[in-house]
Amino acid sequence: MQAGDERRYGRGGFLLLVGGGLSSLVWAGPVSRLFSPLTSAASQLVGNLVPVGGWRIYTISGTMPLFDPLSWRLEIDGLVKRPRTLDYRQLKALPKAEQVSTFHCVTGWTVNNVHWRGVRFQSLFDLVQPLPAATAVRFISMERPYEDSLTLEQLRLPDAMLAYELGGKPLSRPHGAPARVVLPEMYGYKGVKWLTRMEFVARQPEGYWEQNGYDQNAWVGRSNGYHA
Amino acid sequence: MVTTPSLVRLPRFSRTERTLHWVHASAFLVLLASGLCLYLPSLAELIGRRPLLKDIHVYTALAWLAALALVLLAGDRRRLLATAREIDTFDADDRAWLRGRRTPQGRLNAGQKLNAIVTAALAVLFAVTGFFLWYGERNHAFRLQNALIVHDWLMYISFFLLLGHLYLSLINPGTRHSLSAITRGWVREDWALRHHPKWVEQMRQGER
Repeated sequence: MQAGDERRYGRGGFLLLVGGGLSSLVWAGPVSRLFSPLTSAASQLVGNLVPVGGWRIYTISGTMPLFDPLSWRLEIDGLVKRPRTLDYRQLKALPKAEQVSTFHCVTGWTVNNVHWRGVRFQSLFDLVQPLPAATAVRFISMERPYEDSLTLEQLRLPDAMLAYELGGKPLSRPHGAPARVVLPEMYGYKGVKWLTRMEFVARQPEGYWEQNGYDQNAWVGRSNGYHA
Repeated sequence: MVTTPSLVRLPRFSRTERTLHWVHASAFLVLLASGLCLYLPSLAELIGRRPLLKDIHVYTALAWLAALALVLLAGDRRRLLATAREIDTFDADDRAWLRGRRTPQGRLNAGQKLNAIVTAALAVLFAVTGFFLWYGERNHAFRLQNALIVHDWLMYISFFLLLGHLYLSLINPGTRHSLSAITRGWVREDWALRHHPKWVEQMRQGER
């Protein structure tokens, strides 16, 4: 080594990496979306086992509810003419609906091309016949005390559904077996998993996350501090 | 010909340097394990207890920052500053080493310097994105839509760095003796002569 050939590269490299990393807070989203057809597809194949991006599971209690096909019931009551209690077989016997939509989480991740199968809420409305005073539905999860609500108008959006299949298979336990709410226009916290009761109400109540400061109307890109 | 290992031990890492390493390493492993349990659906289902794991993740991060600050305050700062200067400096041999040539190396080879720089930058970025994830949940004005994605990317980079680090320090026969430096503080002189001859020369001249 010759004297004077030393270069102070370390601090420059460190600052470059930190600067580049901080700048990625701006460009990581678009880059991630560029690769999301690939990562979303991979995550739906092996995402349960290896961290390839895509789904992640949020719960508020110690253990996830366990679905028993024999004992599970969906109660539909409140401001309706004909309250009903459906078992799993009866739910699956209702007119089927399918869709492929994008799932957005309020924490920033997205899964594209999610294939859902289930029933449109209108089919359930036809079954129980909401009273004129009903304006919203309170969805109650088996995971206590998780609940949330959507207005009847929101539930009549063409891609709102009560889903019981994901990717051609029955909903798995982490995804909310046996049934969960799906509304692609809103962030995932509105999609109550492990559903056990739907109560038709006159005034839309605040759900679990709304009580923790999240927006009632969780429109993707224009709620919870995000702007389109 | 049979060669016997040298009995001469050279002090490579001070107590403060080793403490800094192990504080960082142990916190990183807890953060990685708890983070993966929060991240992977299979682990989330198997282990459950998300609120507890989230608390473990957040409080470990706070403990990690506090412990690093404590080491900096209470440790041998002069030695740490000298190490920082060493990491900052790349001489002609270091630059040639990074281009794949087997040039003689100092106490830290160029790859170890590079690893230290990347690890320090990752630590800063983990702390910044982690803060926004934690505080953004409480105050939506601090919510950054891409913070989680960047936090994930940092995990991928760190994970592969960790695998390489573990391979070189635990498995690779030529380099695994370096584990002695970060656990007991010393290495054998014959090993140091093969891997860090410029450092041995400096030691003999009484520079360090």
